[in-house]
Formats: sequence, C-alpha cells, structure tokens
Amino acid sequence: MEVPILKQGNYLIATVQAAISDAALLELRDELVKRVGTFRTRGVVLDVTVLDVMDSFTARTVRAIASMTKLRGAETVIVGIGPEVAFAMTQLGMTLEGVETALDLDEGLAVLEQGLKGGGNRGR
Amino acid sequence: MADEIRVPIDSDADIVAARQQGRALAAPLGFTGADLTLIATAISEVARNIVAYAKRGEIVLSLANQDSRRGVVIVARDDGPGIPDLALAMQDGYSTSRGLGLGLPGAKRLMDEFDIVSQVGEGTTIVMKKWARQRG
Amino acid sequence: MTDQSKKTSRTESAGALVPELVAHLREKQEPLRRQWVEQMTAKGLLAGLTPEEAETESATIYDTCVRCLETGQYDGAQAYATRMAERGILRAMTSEQVLGGFLTLRDVYGRSLFARYQGDLARLSAALDVYEPVANKILSIVALAFIEERTKVIQQQQEAIRELSTPVLQLREGLLMLPVIGMIDTQRARQLTEGLLCAIRANRARVVVMDITGVAAVDSKVANHLLQTVQAARLMGATVIVTGVSAAVAQALVAIGVDLTRLDTLSDLQSGIDEADRRLGYKVIKGEETAARHEHIEGR
Repeated sequence: MEVPILKQGNYLIATVQAAISDAALLELRDELVKRVGTFRTRGVVLDVTVLDVMDSFTARTVRAIASMTKLRGAETVIVGIGPEVAFAMTQLGMTLEGVETALDLDEGLAVLEQGLKGGGNRGR
Repeated sequence: MADEIRVPIDSDADIVAARQQGRALAAPLGFTGADLTLIATAISEVARNIVAYAKRGEIVLSLANQDSRRGVVIVARDDGPGIPDLALAMQDGYSTSRGLGLGLPGAKRLMDEFDIVSQVGEGTTIVMKKWARQRG
Repeated sequence: MTDQSKKTSRTESAGALVPELVAHLREKQEPLRRQWVEQMTAKGLLAGLTPEEAETESATIYDTCVRCLETGQYDGAQAYATRMAERGILRAMTSEQVLGGFLTLRDVYGRSLFARYQGDLARLSAALDVYEPVANKILSIVALAFIEERTKVIQQQQEAIRELSTPVLQLREGLLMLPVIGMIDTQRARQLTEGLLCAIRANRARVVVMDITGVAAVDSKVANHLLQTVQAARLMGATVIVTGVSAAVAQALVAIGVDLTRLDTLSDLQSGIDEADRRLGYKVIKGEETAARHEHIEGR
C-alpha cells in the first residue's frame, strides 16, 4: 500500500504521499472501503495536502471514496486542498459536491467529532 | 533551456511527468503560483485524454514570444481514434462538467488559447497557450 | 529624366548624401544644439531640469541622433529611450515635454537642411528623403518608450486599486468578512477569489460572510464568478454566506438559473454575521453582563 492508513480512535486517516499514481489511488479507494467495514469506522480523513494538481480523475476518485465509504457507514472528510488547487478545480468545474471538506487534519477531525450536526459543509 | 521538451504519453505515470515538466518550463516566465497550477492541471487533463482514448501519444512543451509577452505552448497529439463530434466534446456546461467525460472544455477554460483538430481514424492534436501577465 | 533613372540617381546620391549630412550636422552641432535648447526653453519644455542637465542631455541626444543617421542603426536611440524610461525620467516629464522636445529638434535639424540646400531644390529634396525617415524613426522610438512607461504606471495603479478594493477582514476567529464593491470582471473576480482563499488558509476560517451590497451589476457572468468563489472556498472547508442580495439581484439570479441550493444567501449583512456566529458557536453577550463579570473578578 503506497498510502499509509492510520487508525485514530474511531477514525481512519489516510495521507496521500507525493505524486500518487492512478493505480495507487484506486488501490487506496478499495483499501479504505474495505477497512471501513472491517473496523466499523465512523469517519475517514483523506489528506491531499501534498497534491499540487487535482485533475478530473483524482477528483472523481476522491468523490468515489466519499460515496463508497458512506455506503458502509462512514463519513469522509477531504482535507488539504490549497488555494491554488481549489481555484483550478472550480475553473475546471470540479466542485466535489456532496463531499465534506476541511482545511487540514485538525479541522477534519473536528468536523467528524461534531458529527456534522448543524455544522455541515457538504456543498450547500 | 531546451527549445522544446517532448514527453511521450504511454501510461498514467507519464501524465505526472508531463505536468511536472510543464510547471518547470513555465515557472521562470513569471507566472503566478495559481497560473502554474492551472497550466499543470490543463496538461494533466489532455494527457489523461490521450491515455484514456488513444492509448499513446505525446505532449510537446515549448516557450513562445508574442508582442513582448512570453508564454508557454502545449501541444498534445495522438494517433488515436479521433473525436467524431468535436462540437459536442467541447460543449461547456458551466456548472456541470459532463460532456463526454473529456476534460477538454475544462482545459480550455484554464488556458488563454485553445485549438483542437481531430479526425476520426487519424488522431487528435490540441494546441494550448498561456501568456504570463506582465508584472509592473 | 525617366522615373526609373530619377530613382537610381536619387539612391546613388542618397548614398553620398549621408556622410555629407552627418558632417554638416556635426559641424553645426554647437549652434544647432544651442538653438534647440533656446527654443525648448522658450516653449517651457525644460521646466524641472537644471541648466547643466539641459546641456548634458541635449548634447547626448543630439549626438545619438546624428549617429543614427550615420550608421542607419537605431540601437543607440533605443538604448537611450529605454534608459530614460527605466530611470523614471519619462515618468517625471509630461508628454508635451518629451515629444515637444524631440519635435523641436526635428524642426531645428530640418530648418538647417533647408538653409544649407536652399539654392538647389533637387539636392534639398534628396537630403530630406534621407533625413526624414531617420527623424521619424527616432521620434517613434521615443514616443513608444514613453507610452510603454505610462502604460506600466497605469497597470501598477490599477493593480493597487484592485487590491485596495477587495480587503478580506477577520471578524472573529474562524470568521472572515469580504465586502465586494464595484464592478466585477474576470480579472477582479480572480483576484478576489485568490485573496479570499489565501485568507481562509492564513486565518483558518470556517465561515466567510461575503457581502455583495456594493456590487455594481449582477449578470450571469458575475453570478458565475461569485458562485465559483463560493465553491472554491468550500473546497478549503469554509462556508460562504452571501449577504446583501437585493430583490433585483435575487430575481436576476433566479432568472439566470443559478442553482440556489448551492448558495447560502441572506438579505443583509447583520443577518449574515448572526448566522455565521451561530455556525461557529459564538454567542454575543450584552455589555451589562460583561461589566458585572468584570466587577466580580476585580472584587476577588
């Protein structure tokens, strides 16, 4: 597994390392979905800080991770999208609608803690 | 600095190489960080198209001068199946980027100039340009 | 004489004329240069220059121009114009001064040619054929350098205005406010967005109140710019509450077909801030209670 997945309490934290290949990203998707079921995780934080570009494939896969983990009972928060990447993504029309986001790992865990009651940020 | 850089596109690893080279080539021209990310993203999109639809192709990166502004030129070409309905492929649904799943309208929005020629059975060639804004 | 032979004889004599003109202008350098300075002074074009500066600059320019005529190369003139622009000299002078000065020199040179060749119209005509293109080329170089310098200044000022007009303010911890004022074009929208996104990161903001009361006109383009700003902020974990949506703007947005489920809007700024507070878990407590608490603490 190229991407290390850590367990922190009820949550899984996956931090993407530099220039991840397509195959590795798909592998991460499958691995996360599997582990969410195995550990009955309630939340996942996917840290993409290191990605300097989020293209359509990456965005689609990230969205897939969020929806698939949701189906298995876990909320996924994407963290670490920087100003330049966020700008490029909206120019490209990729808004990650329906996917929870936060600034960084700390914020992401806070969002999961809150259980998304009233503080939801899912693209309203 | 070489006149032009050719990056053969065979697999998704090449996509990363192409956009990193593009970023490196454009950096000294005075582009903002945001612009460099746009350029890298556009390269990523067209390179991805090559891998997905044509299986093999190349990306040629070069610099250009025009009326005292400097810019970067990206040519993406392949001998793939070609795009039958170019107008449809380039349809720009502003809020939904569906189209045919090709990142082409998106890439067009990121760059300053965008030209595409495609022939069914022959292949596709895309030429994109971005100019560095002159800093005072 | 046929046209063809007229032309060839002109080109031949042109070749011989250049050194003659150059010699003439060099010979007459002092009187002509002084005449030029006098005329400029009379027209008020040398205001702001000391007499010494006028002397040295006029001598340099005169010499540079004659060199252009002599060599047919304009590097000297180009280099001089660029240097003047870089040193900001052009910035400190008016267009009247810059162009007026060179136009006067052109006339001084021209008149001296008239004076020299007045007895021989054919030679005068040939001399002017040689001289005029050179004079005009030099003038263009100077004029363009001046225009380019001005354009640079204007762009810098526009940039400064843009930055001034889109400040991002931190209202409380985690809460940013962005008052958007004026016309929003693509360039400004971009700057606004970039500024906001960087501020979100720097301030770790979770909520942004974006007030568009002062936005001049909201058409579909502007609406899309604003929508993209909201979307980009969200990717960084910040919710944007748009306030100051007038009835007219609301109608425009609906007519355009903006997906309103994607947009959090409120009519006025205060409501926006209240909503932001609510989301962030802030409670604003009235003054009396705070005073009471102060007393309590001091009484210990």
